[in-house]
Amino acid sequence: MEAKISIFSTYENIELAEKMLLEVARSHVNDEDLYWAAMALREALANAIKHGNKLNPEKRVFVTIHLEEGQELTMVVEDEGEGFDPGKLGDPRSPENLLKESGRGVFYIRHFMDEVSFSRSAHGGSRVELKKQLARRNK
Amino acid sequence: MKGSFRDVQGVRVLDLSGKITIGVGDVELRRLVEEALASGKTNILVNLKDVTHIDSSGIGELVACYTTVKRRGGSMKLLNLPPKINDILQVTQLITVFDVFANEAEAIQSFTA
Repeated sequence: MEAKISIFSTYENIELAEKMLLEVARSHVNDEDLYWAAMALREALANAIKHGNKLNPEKRVFVTIHLEEGQELTMVVEDEGEGFDPGKLGDPRSPENLLKESGRGVFYIRHFMDEVSFSRSAHGGSRVELKKQLARRNK
Repeated sequence: MKGSFRDVQGVRVLDLSGKITIGVGDVELRRLVEEALASGKTNILVNLKDVTHIDSSGIGELVACYTTVKRRGGSMKLLNLPPKINDILQVTQLITVFDVFANEAEAIQSFTA
């Protein structure tokens, strides 16, 4: 099962993409897995809108949700920005970063998901692919 | 996010609910803390009992509020962490930064202890 949406770069639109994920996955994915997947998606979208597209409301963010029932949930978020080097990010747990206001988004994404990979998007900006192995659906 | 406040024995209690997320909840949290400081309330207890989601921007705003209040000679503590919000604070070790309470009366008392 696959669903796609493209949104303009405003924070309100994060809700739209999250809603699509919930509609696609709700009846197939365990509540716990879905909660953390949705949180990871929100972080990836916020990064794409803020750091990728620099809050330019005319630039779009492309979201693809792919669900292999009982096996794996894959979410891809692509922006039209200038690319991003995840290697430059510090550890938010280190003493010098602990009280910083920002710099935790990618760390959380990596914690919430099983696999995270960054690459260049065909749309010109960054592409982040998030994968979660699925547990059984709640009864 | 919805937020309201009460003053209990000189402590400003912020009752938050819903999502503390980028662009909405984080802004509202900052507004409530700035309003408390503007009215001379430097001891702030943030009640997270009905908060369902907090993202990295919301966490960043909590940290920013914590340091702002501390700079003003006050303190900001957390009350009633839901399990998922607790997990989120644990992962980034911020749980070691905040004083966290499960009981409001004890939390209020701690400001004068």
